[in-house]
Amino acid sequence: MTTVYRKTKGLQDTPLHYCPGCSHGIVHKLVGEVMEELGIIDTTIAVCPVGCAVFAGNYFACDTIEAAHGRAPAVATGIKRTHPDQPVFTYQGDGDLASIGAAEIVHAAMRGEKFTTIFINNAIYGMTGGQMAPTTLIGQRATTAPLGRTKDLHGEPIRMAEMLSTMGGLVYAERVCVADVPNIIKAKKAIKKAFEKQMNNEGFTFVEVLCACPTNWGMTTLDANRWVKEEMAAYYPLGVIKEV
Amino acid sequence: MKVILEFDRDRCKGCELCISVCPKQILALDKGSTNAKGYYPATVTDQDACIACASCARICPDSVISIYKE
Repeated sequence: MTTVYRKTKGLQDTPLHYCPGCSHGIVHKLVGEVMEELGIIDTTIAVCPVGCAVFAGNYFACDTIEAAHGRAPAVATGIKRTHPDQPVFTYQGDGDLASIGAAEIVHAAMRGEKFTTIFINNAIYGMTGGQMAPTTLIGQRATTAPLGRTKDLHGEPIRMAEMLSTMGGLVYAERVCVADVPNIIKAKKAIKKAFEKQMNNEGFTFVEVLCACPTNWGMTTLDANRWVKEEMAAYYPLGVIKEV
Repeated sequence: MKVILEFDRDRCKGCELCISVCPKQILALDKGSTNAKGYYPATVTDQDACIACASCARICPDSVISIYKE
């Protein structure tokens, strides 16, 4: 009997607490598969965020540590500098990375810290119940923008991958989505490439993943994935943003 | 060659993503009973038609589906 597909060893057997259809589970799986394929499950150290993925330490099979809200890049900097031979990654959402932790991620990219950041962009605050995020699209409704985000009142959403790409220390930034199978395969390649570049000591690597949040968007899982591909990808273009 | 699809029934949350990507359209929610979480879990309706493309397994957020060939 040959195995075509099975659950990755990069994840523990703990059932995920995420809502039905949430993209977090898919990205967790991709990171786990990449760690398994590179043979680095035993050496990798993950830094977990505050947000829906706050319990990611219960899921990844590698060593994990929980950082204060937004400070995962600062914690990862310390870990990587004391364990330069071990792969380190942070796994952060848009509230954690683009809002309260904007300073930490910018300065980690500026310094060219040799770890990888997986950025989950679902254009809303998931854990706290659907408030507007810095990445919420113009016109998109949130509990704190019940009539939709407007340019005049709230400004335009922040494109983190492009912004960080202006930093000399960043060597690789790619934006991917996991809304269908071809894009999932591309996302896995991007995550793998980021880990490989980190392990070659090239510099800071960043993968932004456009994700669906069906619960807080008030959509079915299928409509949410369609919205990612049609609306989000129109404002946040997919592909390699920077590669040195 | 026979394809075996295995569902970890109690992990499934009935999100229907696997059903939406199946090229053979042989997946469906089992509306006859609920799993331990209280969802209608995904199941296969015609296992012999499966081509083992693994699309369902790749998109499943909860690693419910395993695929073997024998």
